[in-house]
Amino acid sequence: MGFLEELRALFPPGRLLTKEAELAPYESDALTAYRKRPLAVVLPERKEEVVEAVRLCYRHGVPFVARGSGTSLSGGSLPVEGGLVIALNRMNRILRLDPKARIAVVEPGVVNLEVSRQAAPFGLYYAPDPSSQPISTIGGNVAFNSGGAHCLKYGMTAGHVLALEVVTPQGEVVRLGGEGLESVGPDLHGFFVGTEGLLGVALEITLRLLPKPEAYHTLLAAYESLEAAGNAVSQVIRSGLLPGAMEIMDRLAIEAAEAAVKAGYPRVEALLIVELEGPKEEVEEEAKLLAQVIKESRALEVRIAQSEAQRQAIWKGRKAAFSAVGRLSPDYIVQDGVVPRSRLGEALKEIGRLSQEYGLRVANVFHAGDGNLHPLVLYDGKKPGELERAEELAGEILKLCVRLGGSLTGEHGIGVEKKEYMPKMFAPEDLLAMERVKEALDSKGLANRGKVLPGHGQGPHLGEVHA
Amino acid sequence: MQHRIPVETLGKEGEVMAHAIEACVHCGFCLPTCPTYLVLQEEMDSPRGRIFLMKEVLEGNLDLEEALPYLDRCLACQACVTACPSGVPYGELIATFRLHTEKERHRYPLERAYRLGLLRTLPYPERFRPLLELGVRFKPLLKPLPLPKPLKAPLALLPDRLPEKEFHQEVYPAKGERRARVGILLGCAQQVLRPSINRATIRVLRENGVEVWVAQEQVCCGALNLHAGDKKGAKRLARQNMLVFRDVDFVVTNAAGCGSGMKEYPLLFLGEPEEEEAKALAAKVKDFTVILDELGFIPPPPPKKPLRVAYHDACHLAHAQGVREPPRRLLKAAGVEVLEPREWEICCGSAGTYNLFQPEIAEVLGRRKAENLKATEPDLVVTGNIGCLTQIRAYLDQGIPVLHTAELLELLYEGKDSVD
Repeated sequence: MGFLEELRALFPPGRLLTKEAELAPYESDALTAYRKRPLAVVLPERKEEVVEAVRLCYRHGVPFVARGSGTSLSGGSLPVEGGLVIALNRMNRILRLDPKARIAVVEPGVVNLEVSRQAAPFGLYYAPDPSSQPISTIGGNVAFNSGGAHCLKYGMTAGHVLALEVVTPQGEVVRLGGEGLESVGPDLHGFFVGTEGLLGVALEITLRLLPKPEAYHTLLAAYESLEAAGNAVSQVIRSGLLPGAMEIMDRLAIEAAEAAVKAGYPRVEALLIVELEGPKEEVEEEAKLLAQVIKESRALEVRIAQSEAQRQAIWKGRKAAFSAVGRLSPDYIVQDGVVPRSRLGEALKEIGRLSQEYGLRVANVFHAGDGNLHPLVLYDGKKPGELERAEELAGEILKLCVRLGGSLTGEHGIGVEKKEYMPKMFAPEDLLAMERVKEALDSKGLANRGKVLPGHGQGPHLGEVHA
Repeated sequence: MQHRIPVETLGKEGEVMAHAIEACVHCGFCLPTCPTYLVLQEEMDSPRGRIFLMKEVLEGNLDLEEALPYLDRCLACQACVTACPSGVPYGELIATFRLHTEKERHRYPLERAYRLGLLRTLPYPERFRPLLELGVRFKPLLKPLPLPKPLKAPLALLPDRLPEKEFHQEVYPAKGERRARVGILLGCAQQVLRPSINRATIRVLRENGVEVWVAQEQVCCGALNLHAGDKKGAKRLARQNMLVFRDVDFVVTNAAGCGSGMKEYPLLFLGEPEEEEAKALAAKVKDFTVILDELGFIPPPPPKKPLRVAYHDACHLAHAQGVREPPRRLLKAAGVEVLEPREWEICCGSAGTYNLFQPEIAEVLGRRKAENLKATEPDLVVTGNIGCLTQIRAYLDQGIPVLHTAELLELLYEGKDSVD
């Protein structure tokens, strides 16, 4: 039997998509500059079906991509031309939620925020909070080791995954890690997190839940320049405080967010959001110290959220900022680089200079606390040559990050978008080692073929988001 | 999203559609608020998936017929518009696309007859009433029969008996000092199914110093036709209302769908001489809760015992018109406790005639909505749209009354405690 016939035997009609109108909407994720038409999409409802699909791919040598909500900004869930897409959205059950052990065992298609929603009645929540958390799935978060505003204090996804059940690209089902916080031997589940689907598909994920902070103190400070806001971040850290989150937005990003959600932000050059969280007494004490530090940082204006609604409004603007930039410019590239926190000011200054040099606007939204920059390069794809200039500028920013001792990506991943920049960060020996690991687990190179590793499959060059 | 839609050859409709498609960045923020995505969990049945499909059709890459099953499943509830950070005017896109493609699409004879039958009766109370009377009479006989779904669905929504026809005088003077003068749109099906809504609205407006003019020559707003792609029918109705309401300061609506329908009149006349007039009328249309909120609401005496009211956001009020706070402020001012159900943004499945054309999905959504409303443990449920009211009534426990916002306010002005 051919591949498709065997698929048909596994999946009933309606869960095996092969028609043009069924496939077209799966051609891109949130990076629409890249489009690939898969051979078929399957919608498994049980993990056994995922395993069968992967084994079938292995037998027939068909490349496959597992996909959640398709929110990747690096093209991580882009299909392989003629390959299979395994869309995990219907596997969205929380299999077990144990408030005593503070764990949740979930299927990969569960949406990030849904975990916190289900855990809320027990006073618990799931800490990693990418801006896409109302949409993105835990499976995708695991593949990309997603971060978010509050990862400054709590760490990325990897720190919150206790165990994984995984099907390897060769169809073997393995369990990594365990329910306890400590386990014997190497941290294999930790190793799987962030491998962007190159080493298999997560079938079941055991997550750590945390008690919901008793109190929040959310502060919004306005500054006359990005540098002043950046300096304030350093001062907060130097004071010994460890806020839950520290975020900066520049004027363009503020404008976009205002247009989108009317958060009520002051219109200034830079905004800093600082959020303290924890036990009530502790937060109260820390708030005093924070007030002192912010005062010394010469903020133009300081606002403190007086209610949960006000706190949500502050965050809503920040979390909608990427997509909102679509209101300012027909096209833009979202970048995601990291610099050491101490060199933030330097990096921002250089980005400003590059923006002028290339004659393109750059909006900045970033996790200031951990030096994770998200410059958005605005351009108009209809103007000849502007896309190329924008890509070059985005590339310059990435190189700058690496030069300053940082990284090509903080949380969006390498995907197809940044794989050609891997040699800027890694020596040929490093890349070779990565390829060997991949080969050992995926001898036919089927799982998410063409992603992350340079030279694997022909991806287009640095990508863009078209608004 | 970049596209290659031949805007030059598609005219003004093409411009409207291309603009919406350009604005989409495919970020996916629309997914969790889309009712069909919630039920089906597949990209084709999500707003961004549909945008992609419409783009492909307009570019000529995809056969219209292939895309239609997914586009037809869209409720046009516009929850995605509320959720969209990039400001994609999805409502305009899908409405224009439906108007634009109706001529080219294939419909089976039976489907064509059913659709035409609905579009030729529902908007006309003088035709709808006799049909409904017939239906009500034969409901007990028909109900046990194994009818096809499209016939079974409307039957389930039928009331057990039809209320008396309500006659309106032309002008209802304001009580006390006159603060405003408005024309009221009576709606089509609403007049037949639940005339008490108009009566209550007029009463509440008068209590608030508003003089209400009931134009006798008014017709159905045409939203039904517009959303079903019947441009000719929709235009005919819109023209008549534009003429009738030309000289009033405000047109007050009390059905969410009618309000948003009238606000969409400009889409019907894109690039035509009447476009400006349509825009002028659209700007005058206000839900009755909005006008009362703006005037400064004079609340009724509070209920004698505490009243727990779950407020259901009608999509065409909350998403299409952006009206969420005014009705809540009115209810709170009237002294009732307003309860907020989970998933407020998710459609109840009524969506105009959706529950007639897509009964399976409408049923799933109806049950889900009823569960969420019930979970708030309300004394009663209140909403601002006849369609939602009928749909929720069909799925919610019979013990919980479902009222229109105006109906509850009227009861309170009358000092009535009981809502049965």
